[in-house]
Amino acid sequence: MNAKTPRQKMPEQRPEDRKRNFDEVPLGYTPEVAVVEAGRCLQCKKPLCVEGCPVSINIPGFIKEIAEKNFIGAIKVIKESSSLPAVCGRVCPQESQCEAKCILGKKFEPVAIGKLEGFVADYEREVEHLPAPVPGVKKDKKVAIIGSGPAGLTVAGELANAGYSVTVFEALHTPGGVLVYGIPEFRLPKKIVTYEIDALAALGVEFVINRIVGLSESLGDIMKRFDAAFVATGAGLPSFLNIPGEELQGVYSANEYLTRVNLMKAYKFPEYDTPVIRGNSMAVFGAGNVAMDSARTAVRLGCDEVHLIYRRSRDEMPARAEESHHAEEEGVIFDLLTNPVRLLGDENGRLCGVECVKMELGEPDDSGRRRPVEIKGSEFIIKIDAAIVAIGNGSNPILQKTAPDLKCNKWGNIIADETTMKTSVKGVFAGGDIVTGAATVIEAMGAGRKAAKGMIDYLESGSW
Amino acid sequence: MHYIHSNDIIQPTLGKMVVDAPYVAEYRKPGQFIILRIDECGERMPLTISDADKTKGTITLFYQIVGTTTKKLAGMKAGERVKDIVGPLGHPTEVEKYGTVVCIGGGIGIAPLYPISKGMKEAGNKVINILGARAGNLFILEDEMSRIGDDNIVCTDDGSRGKKGFVTDMLRDVMAAEQVDLVVAIGPVPMMKAVSMQTKEKGIKTYVSLNSVMIDGTGMCGGCRVTVGGETKFTCVDGPEFDGHLVDFDNLGSRLKTYHVEEKESYTTYNHKCKLDGAVGDEC
Ligand SMILES: Cc1cc2nc3c(=O)[nH]c(=O)nc-3n(C[C@H](O)[C@H](O)[C@H](O)COP(=O)(O)OP(=O)(O)OC[C@H]3O[C@@H](n4cnc5c(N)ncnc54)[C@H](O)[C@@H]3O)c2cc1C
Ligand code: SF4
Ligand code: FES
Repeated sequence: MNAKTPRQKMPEQRPEDRKRNFDEVPLGYTPEVAVVEAGRCLQCKKPLCVEGCPVSINIPGFIKEIAEKNFIGAIKVIKESSSLPAVCGRVCPQESQCEAKCILGKKFEPVAIGKLEGFVADYEREVEHLPAPVPGVKKDKKVAIIGSGPAGLTVAGELANAGYSVTVFEALHTPGGVLVYGIPEFRLPKKIVTYEIDALAALGVEFVINRIVGLSESLGDIMKRFDAAFVATGAGLPSFLNIPGEELQGVYSANEYLTRVNLMKAYKFPEYDTPVIRGNSMAVFGAGNVAMDSARTAVRLGCDEVHLIYRRSRDEMPARAEESHHAEEEGVIFDLLTNPVRLLGDENGRLCGVECVKMELGEPDDSGRRRPVEIKGSEFIIKIDAAIVAIGNGSNPILQKTAPDLKCNKWGNIIADETTMKTSVKGVFAGGDIVTGAATVIEAMGAGRKAAKGMIDYLESGSW
Repeated sequence: MHYIHSNDIIQPTLGKMVVDAPYVAEYRKPGQFIILRIDECGERMPLTISDADKTKGTITLFYQIVGTTTKKLAGMKAGERVKDIVGPLGHPTEVEKYGTVVCIGGGIGIAPLYPISKGMKEAGNKVINILGARAGNLFILEDEMSRIGDDNIVCTDDGSRGKKGFVTDMLRDVMAAEQVDLVVAIGPVPMMKAVSMQTKEKGIKTYVSLNSVMIDGTGMCGGCRVTVGGETKFTCVDGPEFDGHLVDFDNLGSRLKTYHVEEKESYTTYNHKCKLDGAVGDEC
């Protein structure tokens, strides 16, 4: 086998089938196919792919193990640098990270690094478990983790392994952060997240759910009971368009829409009690992963006509290529270079349409992208009965409000040292979206790993 | 899981539950609420905290039996457990000395009003309670409230208890008779709107407590948004109390109707399911 072997296709549910269910779209590699795909890797001396990986996974190392059919060996290599491979294999933007750099991509197609990562992680979960890690010698120090998204879970795992007693505080009733309330089942089955959380619980991590730090107990109160804390509260403050009509019935933030469907399982209504509007025609504003997830969810809930409305062109769409491709296959209509100006309601205050204006690309703006400008007189109306605003998230201010010494930037993101993740408050570290603004799972996890190191150093030495 | 100490149906459509929630009991302040989820299939439902017992670690909740979730809640028995309770949520009421405070409660709105009224009295205010309901058998906490108020006025739409008339009629008389420094009004949206219009004319500061549709209660979803003074506010973190003179009540009323169709569907399914198995499903 060699580089000329074509990149192995991932079998997928057909669009016409998957449009009506919430099951995962890719069906996964078989061991045989994974071995063939792994055989394509050149085992570069200076692997460029590793440079593209935010947590520097030893990519040729784990691929070699797969090629030799040692799947458990492969997962061990990955776990040296990443704690959530089953998640990252599915949701990382490999096409702009490791796979973008893979040398094979210059002439052929890059090795399917993400798919292989997902394959071995699934193998470990479903076929042959790694022996549970043996925690280090028990330490008499206590650590609090606030927020249970990928950043918080990573730190929890690392510190529990190192022997510290770890308590995770989570505002919602289920741990996992965006992995459970945001990213839909068809892209990230919830059983995967549950498996990771159960493993942490088995390690002795205590989860305190339904606890919002910063409301009754402040970060300061927490620090009276713990030796160190890691703040990973994420980017959970939805932005709205600020156009007329956003208060109408039927207008959702993507957070609300996805939380209803994912966390509260509104897709199983009325078996589950939480409702969600299943429109006949819906609009999603934005073109990132969150917008794609919302649009594809709407399709699955039976909406005949889902419009994705974005003011720039296809080239600027921030979503992963795979996600927009999947969305189009499922029939989502892309209304590009189109901007909503006004939402229209009926006499009962229910959304019934959106007035849009056509745009064209002008001069480049600060971000280097060509600025969209309105085409005068091009206004038109799309009839819709629900709308989802997916144009981004700011930082949730609850914790910071009662932690005046915790320094933040002008957008409300906590300021943390780039290598140790130390904040301005002694003993308090922070990482993930609350520091960077809305970013990615792997970056949140990477920040968690750095913080874990910083925290262990601090707890061992006592010096700040 | 939260152990239920008692759960009584005190009126045909009104339940009262005393349930374990030590953290909430420890920290709650007047005006705050919790979000409760009965079981795995349940929705997240905001409920105001009417009372709490720090030593026992319990809180008291009143709920109107209107849909699937509240009917399920009504069906729970002492000794059973509620899956999730998160709180206390929202800004506490600004309890301080204002002078004369009129506390107006409509129907189940009396439940959240009770700790506020009590707080206002303890802060040295003269407290006048106005309690209203459609009919005389629909009052809650009447005795408790009457022990607090310097003056207590009870009225019903049909005159079957107390004075006949609306709370707004009673408020008009109170305002005519004496200087009022603050009004706190909690009840159905039309009631809060009517009271706010009345006090706006007189320039009397008025707090209302809003019961928007909610999910997380942390400011993450924006589903609870309301328009206050032309600005978008999130009821769960910026409220639930707002300046009644600035709230867009019509929009609040409209947004509360978002799921009317779904609520009916859910309720029909639930009743059907109950008839079929005599109990609610296995998982939920
Ligand atoms: C719909 C959607 C799709 C996405 N798709 C992708 C993708 O395909 N690939 C990718 O790499 N990234 C994706 N992302 C981004 C990615 O999910 C985030 O970057 C990542 O989850 C951030 O992790 P985190 O640990 O910082 O925070 P989060 O995952 O946001 O978790 C924060 C947690 O903290 C809790 N919390 C907040 N405040 C408090 C408090 N005061 N007390 C206690 N708990 C609190 C929250 O409830 C939450 O559970 C997506 C995001 C969304 C919303
Ligand atoms: S760059 Fe591509 S070919 Fe080279 S080691 Fe990485 S995955 Fe293998
Ligand atoms: S309930 Fe979600 S933001 Fe208020």
